Amino acid sequence: MLMRMSKIVRFSADLLYAGILIFGFYVIMHGHLTPGGGFQGGAVIATAVALIIVAYSYEDLLAMVSKLRFIVQESAGLVLFLGIALVAVGFGTTVFANYLANSGSLFGMVVPFGSNPGELNTGGVMPLMNIAVGLEVWGALALVVLYMLSGIREKEA
Amino acid sequence: MKRELSVAIILILGAFMMLIPLGISFGVPGHSAMDDYFIAHGQEQTAANNIVTAVLFDYRGFDTIGESTVLFAAVIGVGLMFRKLMRGDADENE
Repeated sequence: MLMRMSKIVRFSADLLYAGILIFGFYVIMHGHLTPGGGFQGGAVIATAVALIIVAYSYEDLLAMVSKLRFIVQESAGLVLFLGIALVAVGFGTTVFANYLANSGSLFGMVVPFGSNPGELNTGGVMPLMNIAVGLEVWGALALVVLYMLSGIREKEA
Repeated sequence: MKRELSVAIILILGAFMMLIPLGISFGVPGHSAMDDYFIAHGQEQTAANNIVTAVLFDYRGFDTIGESTVLFAAVIGVGLMFRKLMRGDADENE
């Protein structure tokens, strides 16, 4: 038996869903310029998953995405984060050295010292790590919600 | 009697807690060498405007590995905790 909210709530959730996703990805991508980052943005996107569960139902969410997708996403985020950190060893520097900063390549724009409007193409490996951590936190928090909900449902039955 | 005793204990503990912040001087860190270094060099070394992110993902990146691993372990813990309750689910994945 599907426990869905009313049509009004579901329509509002549909509208909010896009906004939450855009804001979450914005917080992740601008982690090196504005307050926020991978952890915060991932948590914002995970609330979109919770919103779908509240407005629709657990079964509807599992029809859209599987738990395995979140497990793979969480693990891939952590592996990607460690991988980006370890690639620095290949460049002859230490782990977590920022080998892309001020290099002129990807995210390698030179920043003027002091207050500046901020350029997205800066930060070196930091935006990449923010994306990796954002993927991990998104998958992890969504998994926590799904696991706990499945436990509650089993008790009620 | 028991009620008065609890109120007295709460008051004494509360007064003790209120006294602790009086002994700490906020905004005047004793050792600010690292803070000054991050503020002076963070922007040119990491090419990021956000010094907090620069410390989190560059200078103290190893600490962030720990944070991510804690989150990973928390998810594994939650998954193990609700594993028994989920037995018999059609979409068992873990």
